[in-house]
Amino acid sequence: MKYDVVIGLEVHVQLKTVSKMFCGCGTQAGAEPNTQICPVCLGYPGTLPAINGEAVRLGAIAGMLLDSEIARCSKFDRKSYFYPDVSKNYQITQYPHPICIGGHLDITVGGAARRIGITRIHLEEDVAKSVHHATFSGVDFNRCGVALIELVTEPELRAPAEAVAFLQALRQTLVYAEVGECNLEQGNMRCDANISLRPAGAERLGTKIEIKNLNSFKAVQAALEHEIVRQADLLNAGGVILQETRRWNADAGVTESMRGKENAHDYRYFPDPDLLPVVLSAEQIAEWRATLPERPAARRARLAAEYGLPPYDAEVLAAERPVADFFEAVARRCGNGKAASNWIMTEVLRLLAESGTGIEACALTPEALGDLIALVGRGTINQPTAKALLPELFSRGGDPAALVRARGLGQVGDAHVIAEWVETALADNPGPVADYLAGKQAAAGYLVGQVMKLSRGKADPKQVGALVARGLEARRGGESGSGAAQAPGVVL
Amino acid sequence: MKLIDLEQLSLQQAATALRQRDFSSFELVTALLEAIHRRQGELNAYTWVDEQDALAQAEAADAALAAGRAGALLGVPLVIKDNISVAGQPCTCASRILDGYRAPFDATAIERLRSAGALFVGRANMDEFALGSTTEASCYGPSRNPAAPGRVTGGSSGGSAAAVAGGIALGALGSDTGGSIRQPASFCGCVGLKPSYGRISRFGAVACASSLDQIGPITRTVRDAALLLGVMAGPDTRDSTSVDQPVPDYVAGCEGGVRGLRLGLPRDYFAEGNDPEVTACVRRLADRCRDAGAEIVEVGLPHTRYAVATYYIIMTAEVSANLARFDGVRYGARADDPQSPEDLYCRTRAACFGSEVKRRILLGTYVLSSGYYDAYYLRALKARTLIRRDFEQAFAGCDALLAPVSPTPAYPAGMGQADPLALYLGDSYTVAASLAGICGLSLPCGTTAAGLPVGLQVLGPAFAEDRMLRVAAACEELHARERGGRP
Repeated sequence: MKYDVVIGLEVHVQLKTVSKMFCGCGTQAGAEPNTQICPVCLGYPGTLPAINGEAVRLGAIAGMLLDSEIARCSKFDRKSYFYPDVSKNYQITQYPHPICIGGHLDITVGGAARRIGITRIHLEEDVAKSVHHATFSGVDFNRCGVALIELVTEPELRAPAEAVAFLQALRQTLVYAEVGECNLEQGNMRCDANISLRPAGAERLGTKIEIKNLNSFKAVQAALEHEIVRQADLLNAGGVILQETRRWNADAGVTESMRGKENAHDYRYFPDPDLLPVVLSAEQIAEWRATLPERPAARRARLAAEYGLPPYDAEVLAAERPVADFFEAVARRCGNGKAASNWIMTEVLRLLAESGTGIEACALTPEALGDLIALVGRGTINQPTAKALLPELFSRGGDPAALVRARGLGQVGDAHVIAEWVETALADNPGPVADYLAGKQAAAGYLVGQVMKLSRGKADPKQVGALVARGLEARRGGESGSGAAQAPGVVL
Repeated sequence: MKLIDLEQLSLQQAATALRQRDFSSFELVTALLEAIHRRQGELNAYTWVDEQDALAQAEAADAALAAGRAGALLGVPLVIKDNISVAGQPCTCASRILDGYRAPFDATAIERLRSAGALFVGRANMDEFALGSTTEASCYGPSRNPAAPGRVTGGSSGGSAAAVAGGIALGALGSDTGGSIRQPASFCGCVGLKPSYGRISRFGAVACASSLDQIGPITRTVRDAALLLGVMAGPDTRDSTSVDQPVPDYVAGCEGGVRGLRLGLPRDYFAEGNDPEVTACVRRLADRCRDAGAEIVEVGLPHTRYAVATYYIIMTAEVSANLARFDGVRYGARADDPQSPEDLYCRTRAACFGSEVKRRILLGTYVLSSGYYDAYYLRALKARTLIRRDFEQAFAGCDALLAPVSPTPAYPAGMGQADPLALYLGDSYTVAASLAGICGLSLPCGTTAAGLPVGLQVLGPAFAEDRMLRVAAACEELHARERGGRP
């Protein structure tokens, strides 16, 4: 039997705030256990939460980026359940009145564009982390109380690849606006997936299964693929899907039952009497909206149009906001978008990957790269010289024009000088010359290289190519009748 | 050692005497500790006293006085209900579950009293987690009413009231969720003030029902209550529900009398079921107010009959969530050798919570459960709105209300064991003001033939503490005149 797959996601994103959602504790990742705690986030008797305004702002920004309606009045509720990582044994979250309502995000999978609906985004506090040892367990409360948003999608994703594409697009969008870091592996973005199957073309939704512990894009893809096969097999064998929560076991490559519907928690939500409603004025919302950065999709389109870049280049450059910013600065500086794109996509991104640094952290400024490209464009230096200079500019910084002057790297364009080097190279390399004349065209490239070497890299490569070709052809004339007549015509 | 009359001394008198060097803070605290020694066994008002620490605080205050430092309460000792955090002191809420816990911080109210120079000499007994109205539900055993042997102190701030009325504290803090300051003050014969919701920061007061709780003073005089209120009142960034309203000079506001004021008697608070002596005492003082130039009018608070039911739904719902944090994981008592988190929770909470606490947690869990929320909690919120409107309408026609605090004087000890519901109904005249968030004050207005104190409740609109205090101070003086003396 054929089935349609229906997937919805619940995504938690840690907001990039300096302090926690309801107290002044820090949010630095990787700190020693229980060093970023205070009586408030530990739920000590008599303590009260106080809302972090920056978390509210970032939650609203997230909604604006996803075209949500921003609630003029949202409210915090208590979600009660006993667990050692919930310090008060209730979590402060938003239930009937979230900060963002509705919205959507566009994704492209296999060339097809789709718009995925978003149900809601709400603010809440993170829970602590249980650490299990051989004979006891510990709780690290550093994360307890950290500000989160939870985003819930409509059940509109139709395949695992769409779920992954959604998460990637979401991540890109939120990272762009510096709402969060959105790293699944590091746990500052977390995802639960709801998935159900229904006979192809059927209207009624099947029974949904919630999958937890999806801590990489790979896990999302694999767990959903596994679950589709598991559910289809079960249905084909005449079985019934019972609503339950399952856990992805990445090692075994299977989902495992955690709890059934009958064991579902009754969270006993009720409005948190310690907190006032979050009321946002139209002016406040407008003020925040004015600060929104260009969204990734819009920037892709603009880069392509404004700088005449192919779609692929625009996509790569727009993928991360700092790279896009860097590109635009370089392009403005050198006045050549295509060259700026080529340099960044090939050289700079490679150097970044090799060194493991971010584009903001490396010593290369957009001004320096722009100047370097301009020096090539004006013919002051040649491309190989520029490429040779880049690693140094990348790791140590500096002014390319000054380096070129100090080291005498200026390009040699004098045809007489180059012709002399060519003559020397041809005379010193009779073997390759003979090879060329015997029809081995690649030998010409070797000879060009020899000329560049003689010039210590400074000769204008275009002129070198032309003069080597001319010199070789001149030699062909001198050897006529030696059987080289069948040599292919040379076009350089 | 100078003779200090701890039975009569008010906070104002003590502060003045200390400023004038009539006696030192050390002498005052020494006398107080001696009195505590004498009477604590009988009253059981304190749960903890650290004599060394109290004397050290007194010495520091004496040094500050000698250095010419000012402070409205400099060198004046207070007793604090055992659910309000004082840094370094126990804060057990009279529960075994907080055995061994010491607060690592000052409540905001304590911080402000400390800045004014007050000393914190001990912790006052209470019903466990402020859930009760007799101070019998304490892991330290019941406090006893200094005015009436064999009768309860009332509660939950019974230790505070017993200490102040019994001459072993000059002033105290209590907390009031549905009458827990006003009712014990009334039962023991002292003054108890519940501020408007949001008037004093709740930060540091262990939450019972967060939308109702307020810290407030229990004192011997209305002006003492005004003095403590003025020090503690005002907004606090650590409590979002505290309100940024001006804090007038409450002590100065006590002057003025009742002439020209219109005072309301809510007929729903003078019901058939009242003890006739209670009704008579309250009406008599209302008559004195009329004699003094006040206009007395009858007003209706028609939703009063829903107040107890509404209160016990909202309060227990909030209690069930607020008390979830006491689980043995981070502080306080914990069961030995737990096999799992669940085992730890169950055995810790089963062993360390008293039966009244368990009853209210169960009730609260029930009313918030899926399928019951709309029928109970949501309807209770609607009823709360109606009760609030009752008061708004009443205050549209009068400046303050005069009413009994409780339908009866202090209950016989042990009465609530057999019939908890009877105790809940005894809260009828205090819970409505809490639900409405308005301010209320209890002051002595007479005694029954059997010698039991009777309290008069003065209710004022939200954040009209100054007006309420003016009426209360006038009533205090009228009552004193009636008894043939001054307070």
